[in-house]
Amino acid sequence: MSFERIREKLNILADAAKYDVSCASSGSTRSNKNKGLGNSTGMGICHSYTEDGRCVSLLKILMTNHCIFDCAYCVTRKSNDIPRAAFKIQEVVDLTLNFYRRNYIEGLFLSSGIFKSADYTMERLIAVAKKLREEGNFNGYIHLKSIPGASDELMRQAGLYADRLSVNIEVPTVSGLKLLAPDKKHEDFTKPMLKVKNEIIQYRAERKIIKSTPKYAPAGQSTQMIIGATGESDKDIMYSAVHYYTHYNMKRVYYSGYVPVADDSRLPALGSQVPMLRENRLYQTDWLLRFYGFQVTEILNSEHPNLDIDVDPKLGWALRNLHHFPVDINKADKVLLARVPGIGMRSVDKLIQARRFRKLNWEHLKRIGLALNRAKYFITCDSSHWEHRDLEADKIKGMILQNSSGKFRKEYGKQLQLF
Amino acid sequence: MNNSRILIYDGSFNGFLTAIFVAFEEKVQVVGIQKSSVCQSGLFSETQTVLTQVDKAKRVWEGIKKRSRSAIKNIYFAYLSEQEGIELLLYRYVLKLFSKDGDVVRNYADGTVLKISQLARSVGREKHRMEAFVRFQLTKDGIYFAHIEPDFDVLPLISKHFRSRYADQYWLIYDVRRRYGLYYNLEKTEIVTLDLKQACTNSIHRNPALQDEEHAYQDLWNNYFKSTNIKSRINLKLHTQHVPKRYWKYLSEKKPAVQA
Repeated sequence: MSFERIREKLNILADAAKYDVSCASSGSTRSNKNKGLGNSTGMGICHSYTEDGRCVSLLKILMTNHCIFDCAYCVTRKSNDIPRAAFKIQEVVDLTLNFYRRNYIEGLFLSSGIFKSADYTMERLIAVAKKLREEGNFNGYIHLKSIPGASDELMRQAGLYADRLSVNIEVPTVSGLKLLAPDKKHEDFTKPMLKVKNEIIQYRAERKIIKSTPKYAPAGQSTQMIIGATGESDKDIMYSAVHYYTHYNMKRVYYSGYVPVADDSRLPALGSQVPMLRENRLYQTDWLLRFYGFQVTEILNSEHPNLDIDVDPKLGWALRNLHHFPVDINKADKVLLARVPGIGMRSVDKLIQARRFRKLNWEHLKRIGLALNRAKYFITCDSSHWEHRDLEADKIKGMILQNSSGKFRKEYGKQLQLF
Repeated sequence: MNNSRILIYDGSFNGFLTAIFVAFEEKVQVVGIQKSSVCQSGLFSETQTVLTQVDKAKRVWEGIKKRSRSAIKNIYFAYLSEQEGIELLLYRYVLKLFSKDGDVVRNYADGTVLKISQLARSVGREKHRMEAFVRFQLTKDGIYFAHIEPDFDVLPLISKHFRSRYADQYWLIYDVRRRYGLYYNLEKTEIVTLDLKQACTNSIHRNPALQDEEHAYQDLWNNYFKSTNIKSRINLKLHTQHVPKRYWKYLSEKKPAVQA
């Protein structure tokens, strides 16, 4: 094969695939059978990080960037004048195996522009995965994109070879989708999602009875939403994320700050800032919902449709709900500890273990690794020194902001109010 | 006071465990445990050289394991951190483990316990990093060869990972700093020492020992790494936080950065 040509294609098709933020290689365990190649251990490994700070875990490429659709937000839309390329099936297989053998990657993330039809495209993606598994004896991680509109039968096959499947919902609201991707219907996205969800449930149930039942998409499915393209509120985004978590058993919902790729009056202008801080706040909220026992309605509701930009969502919640505090570190239960700003889940576990041996004071808390600059206003411990003053939320916020720094601070850098 | 001694062992983990055994058996007031290669005698204490005995080491290992499985992991990981004075710290940890009932391992308010668990975590982090940052280069002999220079002695910890992942290829991972490597011959791994003239770091020059194809794939990987970056989101601080500069010289995707 000609490395020159492959390199050209790789540059084009990796460049086009990079807006997909998912790069997880976790959640699937696949052992190495019969001295084959590779395994997945369930924890996932980031083999490198790009200069934008994102993890490189999988070889993330498109099969082709030819596409029959014209979605305004997408860099490979039909009307965009860019170089086009397409990989042969064998080329993707060879690249994956050779990268994998050198320990560059955990596996393959294969997506594609839609050419000819959804089914034709999906078939090609499945062919790559099948070849890797059956001819390459490859047990590494494979993430396939479910092509919107692909048939149920193909989705069933895809899950048998892939570890994870994903459909990107891209636009969080149905009205936004109509505006930006008039050729696509909302159902095109949800149909394959629903199929995959049901298959996962069914295969899992069968596996409990018959152990030899093959694995079906063991790492589940994920989706992605573009942030800041259609003027949606944080509430719109998080409520629809919760919808996908609960109705489609999503493993992950990704939030991707819109990177302007088109000169289109419906979208933010080229060169406008990527909303990275907002993206960060949404991920923080996502974590609060999935690991910290928060309900989405507590953080975002009609009174507070958008997240605070200057403080993280947990601190924001705490400042609005000061009546829950202060919390006694030595007595409070796990649920309440997890709600204190500046205490992460790891610290919660450590606190609960450590306080069985003795009452904890500030010195202990500091060494265990709490972010006391935030936590100290919300807790008491085995010490008579604690925040006795009955401070108002604004005052606490002011003091916390004054005693901390943040890399995004300059972006909302209006003069901070002095108490 | 009359039984206070510095124990000297041969530098192996088994040797260290034997030293613990001796300390317990002879009720030694331990003031230090040192490797024979770096030992310094104290002014007021005697030294005693401990001969490594695998059966004694094993008894200590099993004894700790019976007490707590996470303790044994912490001890092994923290030992591999090679920190100065780690032996004495671990000895105190073992004393705590055997002196009290209850799971002292999680008493994070205790200085020694917290320190050991933090060290073990650092070593665990380095292990994970090495599983990520090893870059194999295919030599003309058909061996996938990698150099590493980890902060801690993690080769024994990553062996299993690479053995089960790359079961169908010959590979060798060589720790340049500690001058030994692991070689996998499709059957099992063995410890090897090489007489390397120079470490095979990133180089723009073609290495005659490598297959031609190897250079092509490094080039492809390099290109991929660049194409997958989103320029409008650049965040070099985060980048170097995840991939600290000390690892760059062995990462083929960072080749241009190292050359510059």
